[in-house]
Amino acid sequence: MTKSTVKKEAITDAMNESSNTGFAQAAIDELGWWRAHKFLFLRRASQLSVLTLFAIGPWFGLWLLKGNLSSSELLGTVPLSDPLVTLQVLMTGHIPELTLLLGALFITVFYVIAGGRVFCSWVCPVNLVTDSASWLRRKLNLPRLGEMPRNLRYYLLGLVIVLPLLTGITVWEWVNPVPILYRAVLFGAGSGLWILLAIFQLDLFISERGWCGHLCPTGAMFALFGKLSPVKVSAVNAKACDNCMDCFDVCPERQVLKPALKGKQMMITDSDCTQCGRCIDVCAQRVFQYQNRIALKAENNQ
Amino acid sequence: MSKVKHTKSNPRDVNRRQFLASTAKAGCVMGLVGLGITATATQSRQLDPLAIRPPGALGEDDFLSACVRCGLCVEACPYDTLKLARWFDGAATGTPYFTARSIPCEMCEDIPCVKVCPSGSLDHGLEDIEEAKMGIAVLIDEKNCLNFKGLRCDVCYRVCPLIDDAITLERQHNQRSDHHAMFLPTVNSDTCTGCGKCEHVCVLEESAIRILPAHIALGKTAEHDTYINTEETTLEMLNKGLSL
Repeated sequence: MTKSTVKKEAITDAMNESSNTGFAQAAIDELGWWRAHKFLFLRRASQLSVLTLFAIGPWFGLWLLKGNLSSSELLGTVPLSDPLVTLQVLMTGHIPELTLLLGALFITVFYVIAGGRVFCSWVCPVNLVTDSASWLRRKLNLPRLGEMPRNLRYYLLGLVIVLPLLTGITVWEWVNPVPILYRAVLFGAGSGLWILLAIFQLDLFISERGWCGHLCPTGAMFALFGKLSPVKVSAVNAKACDNCMDCFDVCPERQVLKPALKGKQMMITDSDCTQCGRCIDVCAQRVFQYQNRIALKAENNQ
Repeated sequence: MSKVKHTKSNPRDVNRRQFLASTAKAGCVMGLVGLGITATATQSRQLDPLAIRPPGALGEDDFLSACVRCGLCVEACPYDTLKLARWFDGAATGTPYFTARSIPCEMCEDIPCVKVCPSGSLDHGLEDIEEAKMGIAVLIDEKNCLNFKGLRCDVCYRVCPLIDDAITLERQHNQRSDHHAMFLPTVNSDTCTGCGKCEHVCVLEESAIRILPAHIALGKTAEHDTYINTEETTLEMLNKGLSL
C-alpha cells in the first residue's frame, strides 16, 4: 500500500467517524466512556480540588490552604510560593522573608520530581479556560490559522524575569492570568477577568492553544523544571497506532507526539508535554501509557 | 534514510541565519510586549490618596517590588479591613489596601497581617502597632467640622486609639459668640498611625478628617534649615557649631 492511499483511507475513516459520531468515538466504543475520559476527569477533579482547598477558607472559614497560587500557607505552617513571582521579587532587588524563598524551593523541588508541566494540566486554573476554548474550537470546526512559534514562551519568560530588573517592579503580576483567576474566585476581584476572556478568544479564534502552548511564561518555567522528572507519557504500543489522529487533535503540545509515535524513542521526554494523559484517553489502540523512566531503567539494568 | 541518520539532522535544528532572524524577530516582539505591559503597570501603579496600605507597608515603590499579591494579609485580617485591589481600583491590581471611610484598621496588638506576609512588603520589623505609619490623619475641612463651629462633636477625638496623643482637643476662644470656647481636634503627625478610625466615624456625610499618605500630608523643612529639630537642639550643640 502506498503512503497516499493510507492517508486517504485515514482521512475517509476520520470523515466517516466525524459525520456519524462525536470526537474519539473509537476510543469510547473500545474502552468505554469512563476510560476514554479518565485522565480528563481526574485532571478536572485535581484542578477544582486545589481551587476548592483555597476557596473554602474565605468562603466558609475552613483554613487548610491560605493565600493563592502566588504564595500560600498549608495548614498554617508549610509555606508554598510560585518560583516565578519569587524570582521576579528577587530581580527587583528586594530581599523577601525566608518564608517566600522556602516556599519557592518546596514548589520547585515538588515539580522537578512530579514533572514540571504537571502544574499546567493538573493544577493551573487557566487550563480550564484554554481547554474549553480548544473544545469549542473542535466542535465548531474552526480553521487553524497561522501558528506562532512555540518557543515564544521562553522569550516571554526571559522578558518577565528581566523587566523587574529594569523597572524595579514586578510588572508581570499586573497581567499574570493565573493569580488573576484565583483572586477573582477567592477575593471577588473579578475585574481582571477580561484577560482570561482575551485568552479564551485568542485560543478560540486566532491561535489554537495560543496561550498555554505558545506564550505562557509560567508554563515555560515549569517545562524547564520538568526536564528530569521520572514519570512521562510513553507510546509503548506505537506499532498499534492506526493514524486516526485523535491524539493529535486533542494534544495541547502536538509536536511532542510524532517523535514518540514514529521515531525510535517511545517515551515523550520533551518537557513541553504537559502529561495531561488525554492521549491515553482518546486512543482506541491503547498506544500510550504513563511510565516511570527511572524504574524502567532499573528494571532494564537487572 | 541512512543519510539522514548520519548527519544527525533534526527538524528542530536551525542554522545560524535562521537563529539570528528568529532571535531578532522574537526580540522585537518581546520588546513591544514588554513596553506594553510596563506601560499598563506604570499607568495603574499610582496609589489613590484614599487607598491606605496595611501597617508596616514599605514605601510605595519598594512595596510594588516586594508584594507578591497572595492575599495572605487580607485573609489574616480579622475585621475584613483589607482588600485586594481589582483592576481600576486605585491601587496596583492584586495588592492589599483599605479605605478608612468603609472599614478602618483596628490596630490588632499581634499585627496578624504583617506576621503572615511572606514577601516582607509588610515590614516584619514592626512589632508595636502604635509605631505603624499607614498614613496621617488630616482635618481637611475646618469649615464643615462641627467642632470648628463651636459644637462638641468630638467623635474623631474620642474614637482615636491614641486619644490625647495622636488627636488632642485644643481649647480656643470662640470668636463668633465671643463667649464660649471651641475645642479643635488637632492631629499630632508624630504619633498618628493612620488607622483611619477618625475618618470612619466622622458624623458628616463626607468626612472632614481624612487619612492621607504621609508624602501628601506632611510638609518638609529644607535640608539646610538649622532649626530643623529645635526641640532637641541644646544650647551646647549650638555653641559647638554643630551642623544639623
